[in-house]
Amino acid sequence: MSAEPDDIFRDICALLQPLNKEGIELTRETRISADLNVDSMAIMDFIMEVEDRYDIDIPLNDLSDIYSIDQLVHYVHGLVSRKKA
Amino acid sequence: MDLLEKHKGLAERHALMQALGVETIGVTMEKILSPTRALINGRETILAGTNNYMGITFDPSCIEAGRRALAEQGTGTTGSRIANGTYALHRELENELSRFLNRDHVITFSTGYQANLGMLAGLAGPQDTIFLDADSHASIYDGCTLSGARLIRFRHNSAADLEKRLARHDGEGGRLVVLEGIYSMFGDRPPLDEFVDVKRRHDFALLVDEAHSTGVLGEHGRGLADEAGLEDEVDFIIGTFSKSFGAIGGFGASNHPDFEFIRYATRAYMFTASPSPASIATTLQAVRVLDARPELRDSLRRNSARLHTGLRDIGLELCCDEVSPVIAVRVRDEPSTVIMWDALLKAGVYVNLALPPGTPNNTCLLRCSVSAAHSEQDIDTIISLFAKVVAGAAGDAAASA
Repeated sequence: MSAEPDDIFRDICALLQPLNKEGIELTRETRISADLNVDSMAIMDFIMEVEDRYDIDIPLNDLSDIYSIDQLVHYVHGLVSRKKA
Repeated sequence: MDLLEKHKGLAERHALMQALGVETIGVTMEKILSPTRALINGRETILAGTNNYMGITFDPSCIEAGRRALAEQGTGTTGSRIANGTYALHRELENELSRFLNRDHVITFSTGYQANLGMLAGLAGPQDTIFLDADSHASIYDGCTLSGARLIRFRHNSAADLEKRLARHDGEGGRLVVLEGIYSMFGDRPPLDEFVDVKRRHDFALLVDEAHSTGVLGEHGRGLADEAGLEDEVDFIIGTFSKSFGAIGGFGASNHPDFEFIRYATRAYMFTASPSPASIATTLQAVRVLDARPELRDSLRRNSARLHTGLRDIGLELCCDEVSPVIAVRVRDEPSTVIMWDALLKAGVYVNLALPPGTPNNTCLLRCSVSAAHSEQDIDTIISLFAKVVAGAAGDAAASA
């Protein structure tokens, strides 16, 4: 599986689409909770999809520091890179 | 900046419900008539959403025990357990629960919510990792957060998903896995044997929150682990007094030899007033009643099966195939759920309105909880009201689709 930031961005956008009820354009700056207007449970369920996609665990403790898609992309990229190393 | 601005979404949601002509917040029971009846909006209403599983809130012996404690020991303890708030009654309750639960040590807390805060924060620390079921109760999430531990969420009731995450985990420190005996929204229970199998392959401590299963499940009424015959595999249990015991408070229990030290390490125990004498006395008597009257569990099982079958037979979608005293009816969307809930209340039955994010999988629910004190007639009335209000509306929607 390719796991460069651009690939991760595309994957995350695809996984977010079911939550994107208003069909807004997803960019790296999109704030996942605020702009998509989704609740905390939906966010946690979405994160599980990301975890499964990359075979990683994202502790709930770290979610409070992740607001935007870009922050999530870099977080996931960091985990995946460390896993490969 | 207005600090309450962040809650504007809640206000808008409430306004939407009011626009539907429904007041969902703060149903007031004007008079409690029995474990299964109250006056609401001036109308005698069947209570089918109060988690009063054993129906012993009006048990004469519990009331008398509370009355005596109130008269003899006063209205409150005015202190925490580690200061002036430990009475002989608290010790007596812990000893009685220790016998009932067949656990060496029991610590009582002032509420069930605090039991989860206190136990989870007492057991795990920042160096540890807690693996919690995705559908865990809010008090479990809050207790886990308070602990400072790393929190890994696994898919609901999936021992395989837990095992995958345990295998990936390379952190140091202790590992705690948290399950519930009966999940409060759908009424389902975990496959405990599968989780115990995982425990045999991976090193972790297992905690089961038996809030909705104490008194309800198992030959001795000790909960899921009792029912599954796996009590020795469960290291810690948490429970509440506000459901089967018909009072208020909570407990943690374990055979761990150092368990008692949690009393001196957990703030939800140390920095809150201990339960009042009357509350402890009614709980103590409730333990004895539950122990002496296993037939209450039989009544609860019969009533639960009757409601489960009845609601399924009128074509409603239930969230759990397995019979438990929590029976949740899935409704297609939030406005429909709110309108049906209100119609049920006006027709004479109170159930819980359960909406996201307080529910799993973004579901909208009419949640029932059954009591041993319900009569067969009560159950049949509840079914007939669901048939009239919910099944009828669902049929109309299907016909117009």
